[in-house]
Amino acid sequence: MKFAVLVFPGSNCDIDMYHAIKDELGEEVEYVWHDATDLSEFDGILVPGGFSYGDYLRCGAMANQSNVMVEVKKAAAEGKPVLGVCNGFQILTEAGLLPGALLRNVNLKFMCRTVQLKVENNNTLFTNQYEQGEIINIPIAHGEGNYFCDEETLANLKANNQIVFTYSGENPNGSLEDIAGIINEQGNVLGMMPHPERAANEILGSSDGLALFKSIVKQWREQHV
Amino acid sequence: MTKVKVFVTLKESVLDPQGAAVQGSLAKMGYGEVADVRIGKYLELTISETTRDIDSVVKEMCEKLLANTVIEDYRFEVEEEN
Repeated sequence: MKFAVLVFPGSNCDIDMYHAIKDELGEEVEYVWHDATDLSEFDGILVPGGFSYGDYLRCGAMANQSNVMVEVKKAAAEGKPVLGVCNGFQILTEAGLLPGALLRNVNLKFMCRTVQLKVENNNTLFTNQYEQGEIINIPIAHGEGNYFCDEETLANLKANNQIVFTYSGENPNGSLEDIAGIINEQGNVLGMMPHPERAANEILGSSDGLALFKSIVKQWREQHV
Repeated sequence: MTKVKVFVTLKESVLDPQGAAVQGSLAKMGYGEVADVRIGKYLELTISETTRDIDSVVKEMCEKLLANTVIEDYRFEVEEEN
């Protein structure tokens, strides 16, 4: 399986993401610059964290206007897996690929620590290697991870089982219903504030994030090999 | 040249923790009459000669980039300049 790690000016988790795929997962991966106009050779798209365009105006707003996002929307429509982590999640909401928005953390602090997540839906291509209700340790590092959407959108998220991860115990940012990660209705676009790529080996304090990438590969192999 | 002033604010339904912090400080300074503070963004666009309709173009810019209508409202004023 061949992954693309998108790189915007200001991305800073692209190397972690690349490392997780290449060295921990053992799959093919390439960096793709934001002005790329073709993603057809890739089977999965990873939108990494960081501060694209310095978070100017709004997190993810300017990145959403780059060439590569046209291709990401195409890939998403084709059913390819698209994962956005942290700033990547913010970009995917700005792009309209995921509903809602990420607001400033309620306590106004940049939160950087390992948190516990609950797997709310293990019936997705991103979570099939987790147990339903499993508690996993994944680091967060964000100042604007407070998920918000209107009541109608929230009702839809719940009705369609689109809430994939919630914060277990402490909610670090004030997000609605403790939401940490959501998937689109079609089930192939996941956005999450916590960083699974930073939890891909025990030496980093946790390897709980690796199962997310293994899930993607398992699903892809079943469909393509 | 035409100057356009764009104001972007969080929707009423969206919590503004920055505004709440500023209100807290104002209250501590003795301005207890301040019931609420909302912090927003102010953008000044200088538009050069164009055949396009400025109102509809600025509205388009707001919808596409300057505001995120999921969480923000916007309004703008167009001022002719010499």
